[in-house]
Amino acid sequence: MTAIVPALTIEHVAVHFGGLVAIADMNFVVNGGELLSLIGPNGAGKTTAFNVITGFLKPSKGEVRYRGTSLNGLKPHQVASLGLVRTFQRTSVFRAHSVFDNVLTGLHLSGRSNLLDTLLRLPRERASEQELHDAAWEILTLVGIDKQAHELAGALPYGDQRLLGVALALAAKPSMLLLDEPVSGMNASETGRFMRLLAKLRDRGMTILLVEHDMPMVMGVSDRIVVLNYGRIIAEGPPAAIREDPEVIRAYLGQAGAKRAAHA
Amino acid sequence: MSEFLQHIANTLILGGTYALLGIGLTLIFGIMRVVNFTHGELYTFGAYFVFLISSVLGLNFLLALPVAIIAGLVLGALIELLLLRPMRGADIDTTMLVMIGAMIVMQNSEQLVWGGVAKSVSTPFPETPLVIGPVSVSYLRVFVLVMALLLIAATYVLINRTKLGKAMRATFQDRDTAALMGVNVRAIYTATFAIGSSLAAAAGALLGPAYVISPHMGDIASLKAFAIVILGGLGNITGAAIGGFILALAEELGAGYVSSGYRDAMGFLIIIAVLLIKPTGLFARAERIG
Amino acid sequence: MRRFVPVIVVALLATVPLWLGDPYILNAFITTGIFTIAAMSLNLLLGYTGQLSLGHVAFFGIGAYVSALTALGFDVELFDGFHVVHEPWPVIYGFILAIVIAGLCGYLVGKLSFRVRGAYFVIVTISFAEVVRLVALNWVELTQGPLALTNIPPVTLGLPGIGYANLYGKTGNYYLVLGVGVIAYVVIKHLVQSRIGRAMIALKENESLALSVGINVTRYLVLAAIVSAAIAGAAGSLYAHYLRIIDPDIFLFLYTVTMVIMVITGGKGTLAGPVVGGALFGAIPVIVRSFAAPEVQWILYGAFMIAIIFVLPQGIVPAIERWFAPRPSKKQLVASQSSVSAE
Repeated sequence: MTAIVPALTIEHVAVHFGGLVAIADMNFVVNGGELLSLIGPNGAGKTTAFNVITGFLKPSKGEVRYRGTSLNGLKPHQVASLGLVRTFQRTSVFRAHSVFDNVLTGLHLSGRSNLLDTLLRLPRERASEQELHDAAWEILTLVGIDKQAHELAGALPYGDQRLLGVALALAAKPSMLLLDEPVSGMNASETGRFMRLLAKLRDRGMTILLVEHDMPMVMGVSDRIVVLNYGRIIAEGPPAAIREDPEVIRAYLGQAGAKRAAHA
Repeated sequence: MSEFLQHIANTLILGGTYALLGIGLTLIFGIMRVVNFTHGELYTFGAYFVFLISSVLGLNFLLALPVAIIAGLVLGALIELLLLRPMRGADIDTTMLVMIGAMIVMQNSEQLVWGGVAKSVSTPFPETPLVIGPVSVSYLRVFVLVMALLLIAATYVLINRTKLGKAMRATFQDRDTAALMGVNVRAIYTATFAIGSSLAAAAGALLGPAYVISPHMGDIASLKAFAIVILGGLGNITGAAIGGFILALAEELGAGYVSSGYRDAMGFLIIIAVLLIKPTGLFARAERIG
Repeated sequence: MRRFVPVIVVALLATVPLWLGDPYILNAFITTGIFTIAAMSLNLLLGYTGQLSLGHVAFFGIGAYVSALTALGFDVELFDGFHVVHEPWPVIYGFILAIVIAGLCGYLVGKLSFRVRGAYFVIVTISFAEVVRLVALNWVELTQGPLALTNIPPVTLGLPGIGYANLYGKTGNYYLVLGVGVIAYVVIKHLVQSRIGRAMIALKENESLALSVGINVTRYLVLAAIVSAAIAGAAGSLYAHYLRIIDPDIFLFLYTVTMVIMVITGGKGTLAGPVVGGALFGAIPVIVRSFAAPEVQWILYGAFMIAIIFVLPQGIVPAIERWFAPRPSKKQLVASQSSVSAE
């Protein structure tokens, strides 16, 4: 086990939409190589947190740092080029293109030809394109959708589209992956496939921040869990501790749960 | 100073008509999200209608305005029913292209019917201008201003005091909720486009006799209307009314003190400046009409 | 097989002056070719990045004026006593400057106007074109205003020491336009079938997703605007030296509309689309002129445009492709793979 190095640091981040407080004051750290899950009821501010970290939303207050670099004021594409890459909650693929072309598009940052190479299609352009093609096959194989490479992304079954979303993110060569509800809507076998992929990625040392509702999965794969409710962090710790935390139980089960707990 | 006062007088007269033009477009743009390239053609249509009524048919000049307004209503409703209703659900760019197609057809039809030579309309108003101190204005232009203000007021009443206006405002705020509340959104769209078009026709009917009428007068009118709408904020009627007067002022001062050749450039410079500095318009309250 | 279609088309086009006797038709071929080049450049923005630029004629016109003024020379008094004098240069410099300056204008317009999208972007681009038209109309000292720039020299081809040939004739201009058209087509093809092109298409289809994989959306929009404007500038230059007279009407909105109609009808976002659309709308005036006034021709243009959007919203080329290839996804992929390995 290597020394624990913080990869992503979130410090005093707050997000306000007009008068609405989406995130009140959020602080947490994701360590290098760790799989941290961010959980909480609907509307707790998880996706908002994702949007802030990846530059899609400017925080009203606070700072996000990745490996010592402040992400404040960076645009989403700049955050991505630092190695911090996200997936989206809603299925997000380039629907009108083949699976293969999707990944090729995702490999954007790996290309090394310039405008002149491209316009004249010089040898460097061809070499670069060949590399991208090879890299695309590699990613498709890793994710396990290489057999569907020729199919139209929009025509894939739901689970495969979600996997393609992850493949697109992986194509951007992330050192840290942010997954927004990756298994929502997947059936059991698709979820199983996804968990095997997650294990593979972890073996490669990928740092992962996961937002997910599927509790068995979260409890199974996470190193640590951060629980968010109404824009605040209410608990943080390893899965075993979170499972027992009374405040988490109350937040999750709501009034009905609290009553049931009282009756028991 | 007297020159300046004259510019202000001209601004008021021009601005009233511009406001009408802008209000018509902002209704359509705001409620239907349609970038209406035919707006200027409705303006031209209104102007030619006055020519038809008073110069060709020899009927009373004062009859021409209401007839042009009604004709604008009918033509607007037809355009909506034939071209826009089947396009519902298409993206804004596609609808825009259809409207450009319609614009080309209308403009060239006008040219085919009336010829390319500019027409002028003779009016019953006295030739001698009305002189107030250093300012001199023709009676026709006073009539134009008064009618424009009356029509603006009528539009306000329509939007704010009638059942139809209430339904239009509801549709503007949220089409789906309005539909759930029992608003017939399809009918509202047709009504909106018809009303917006009739305002453009009215503007043309008023301003046409004050200048000359030509098939291409609509080109620049459409773009001016866009400038006014952008200035006033999308769907903001008060904004469009004020925007009309601001554009008129900018044109008057630009033509008077810079160069008359650049009169028409003012609108475009305003568009470019506003969109680059404050894309929501100067009087941004895009959430509501009225 | 599909790869040979463009080659065959160019080969056939190259034979046209050999058998076509009617100079009117050859003239139609040349102007259609020039507008097709402009439409190809518009397609880069409209079809590939999805930005409806309705001020495209500005770049075309700027190219025409820059090229003509470079070749004609000018003497302009900017302010009291300060003259900018330019002696006439060879036409080829005008052609190059037209490309460079139109590209520069594309950069500026792109940089400024991509801050707004959708309807606002459209209106900003139209406004830009109108402002440029009014400048051309009113800056009489430079442009002669409505009196037009006349006696623009024709394109000169040749090498130093070997000799020069002036392209006064239609045949020479025809081959020149064909040559520039082929170059523009190849440049656009290389661009859109590359990493840059994938970035452009990606930002059109799903901007957030494109951003998330590190595509700098603004950068590629501006890049598309530059290349698009530069090619339009080249087309404008050809137009100026072929007609040998230009006036501010070159900036008319109707010319933009012509380009848009060509792109939409042929199929936006396809390489062949603007060429097919260009050919079609080049042919219509030739066919119609025998029996109808110009207004009727325009009415037909407008009606045709509406009809195409209603009936074939994707345009002709995608419709043909669908007809011949029921499963285009596979073919496309094979094509994109073989394009690397085969070359």
